[in-house]
Amino acid sequence: MRAPGILRTQAYRIVLVYVAVFAVSVTALIAFTYWNTKRALDAQTDQIIAAEIAGLSEQYQQLGLRGLADVVISRSAHGGPGLYLLANRYKQPIVGNLDAWPGNGQKPNSFVDFDYQRRVENQFETREARGRVFALAGGFNLLVAQDVHERYLTERLFTTTLPWTVGLVLLLGLIGGALMSRNMLARLDQINRTSAEIIEGDLSRRVPMSDAHDEFDALAENLNAMLDRIERLMKGVREVTDSVAHDLRTPLNRLRNRLEAVLRHIDPASNQAPEIEAAVAETDQLIATFNALLLIAEADAGVGRGKMAPIDLAPIAEDMAELYAPLAEEKGVVLKIDPAGATMIEGNRSLISQALANLVDNAIKYTPAGGHVSVTALDTPLGVELRVADSGPGIPPEERPRVVERFVRLEASRNSPGTGLGLSLVAAVARLHDARLILEDNAPGLRAVIRFPRPAPRAR
Amino acid sequence: MRILVVEDDLEAQRYLVNGLKEAGHVVDDAADGETGLTLALSRPYDVAIIDRMLPKLDGLKVVADMREHSNTTPVLFLSALSEVDDRVKGLKAGGDDYLTKPYAFVELLARIDALMRRRSPQAVKTKLQVGDLELDLLTRTAQRAGAAIDLQPREFRLLEYLMRHASQVVTRTMLLESVWEYHFDPQTNVIDVHISRLRAKIDKGFDTALLHTVRGAGYMIRAARPAA
Repeated sequence: MRAPGILRTQAYRIVLVYVAVFAVSVTALIAFTYWNTKRALDAQTDQIIAAEIAGLSEQYQQLGLRGLADVVISRSAHGGPGLYLLANRYKQPIVGNLDAWPGNGQKPNSFVDFDYQRRVENQFETREARGRVFALAGGFNLLVAQDVHERYLTERLFTTTLPWTVGLVLLLGLIGGALMSRNMLARLDQINRTSAEIIEGDLSRRVPMSDAHDEFDALAENLNAMLDRIERLMKGVREVTDSVAHDLRTPLNRLRNRLEAVLRHIDPASNQAPEIEAAVAETDQLIATFNALLLIAEADAGVGRGKMAPIDLAPIAEDMAELYAPLAEEKGVVLKIDPAGATMIEGNRSLISQALANLVDNAIKYTPAGGHVSVTALDTPLGVELRVADSGPGIPPEERPRVVERFVRLEASRNSPGTGLGLSLVAAVARLHDARLILEDNAPGLRAVIRFPRPAPRAR
Repeated sequence: MRILVVEDDLEAQRYLVNGLKEAGHVVDDAADGETGLTLALSRPYDVAIIDRMLPKLDGLKVVADMREHSNTTPVLFLSALSEVDDRVKGLKAGGDDYLTKPYAFVELLARIDALMRRRSPQAVKTKLQVGDLELDLLTRTAQRAGAAIDLQPREFRLLEYLMRHASQVVTRTMLLESVWEYHFDPQTNVIDVHISRLRAKIDKGFDTALLHTVRGAGYMIRAARPAA
């Protein structure tokens, strides 16, 4: 497996989507935790402040301004996170550990976030705080706050590391995904390779199993069971065609032998001679039909699929055109071969020649004198094609699917010789080659196309 | 000519032997591969006709063993297996020709004739002659009674095959196999049309015809008087 190949696979795409969803979830989860913690901490701070204010305002009511100032002084001296400032009505500080009233602390009974200066070893440091302004009876103002500097630092650290965390999650997810899909693809690749070899004709191949007993092994096991069955069926079909071939050909052979023996022994001028000759001809017709049926059965059973070789269609087209040229000429039909391009395919030369011969034969048979037939082998974007086009009566579109069935002959042509198997054989040969037989309107006439798949470059 | 027939279907064997005897041949027969091989190795035959599927010893094996014992008797395989691959297998095993059942007796006779002639090693000929018709294999030219005949390449090969088998029946199937190298039945008899065009070129305008149609069998090229 090459790396660029992995990126195009379904498995990797699934992994990508999964990693993306995972990253979004992780981000959302972290953000949720962050905001929740922050809110809880804020609430805690607010509660401490509210409790202190409640306590201090009680002191004020019981002990008056002087008493409150004493409490504020004693609490300020602790050096903890608590911040206090008692001020007059003009917000001028009286006592407390804050140097100045915050600029935004004008509204009574409201929470404010503000910065303040604190002296640390002869240096001033700006720190964050959160507090509440409280208006005392008599025009005095009290500010109770908590230093939240450490928490702000933690929050900032959190927000700066969050993108890195998500990035790391993505990176690890992608690497893990690549490894996972690579492993999965290796198994799939094995299954694909085995199927390709089987399609090429080696029915004895089986998908290898691992010791994992996973879904892939279950798939392999099912495929192998299916292949066992197909192989058995194919073998059965082959045995049947072989024995049918043998057991039907033997009596046909005897029949023909007997007729010939009789023919040898009677006077050629006698009345019986033409009768027996006709019987021989009938026998030959029977044999031809039987041979064609057997060939169709064999092609459909995939006999000979394993023995395909690279062949060029152009010389086959030329050969067939050459073979049939005198026949066309005698009938007054112009038979021409069109120039070909690259026309290499994987195939069985003998069967393709026979299929093409059937098409050319048909075209000449049904094209009236003065008409024309053309044979072409060419490379098209859709595949490599063999085309036989004529200017005859053609086949009506609704009849086209029917004429490739066995023994189907159109009414108009029933009197001309033939087995009715010609096009069925062409279709069977096409199927054997994974090709398609397409019957089209040549306006006027019929165009029969055998479209072969482009041969895959051999990867081995 | 001495002919060996190895065929397990007794009725087919009887017709084959009778037919060959009527045609003037001396025939030995065997009904299984072992007997056939013993006969083939113990007596000289001009041609052996061997069925491919035989009891005791397969036809392919019989021929392979014969060839191993340096027995060069020309072998004609008879078989109910018609696939091209079977044909190739037969020829690879050492067979010289292959005929699919059911066959026409004349076809068999024609092929036996062709095989027997092949046995007598001919000097490498550069010229073929039948009557006053001459074929120069080097210059690829033909002339009759001194007049040049213009032949297409395929017509030349057709005439060459016929002349190499002069005075022998050559069937349509043999022509399709040897001249076109195809092993199938064309639905219409295209070979006849090729022959009639060739005939127009070599016989038209001459008093005696050289190319003859053998009714129910095929064609034969021969001089009017038996060639000396």
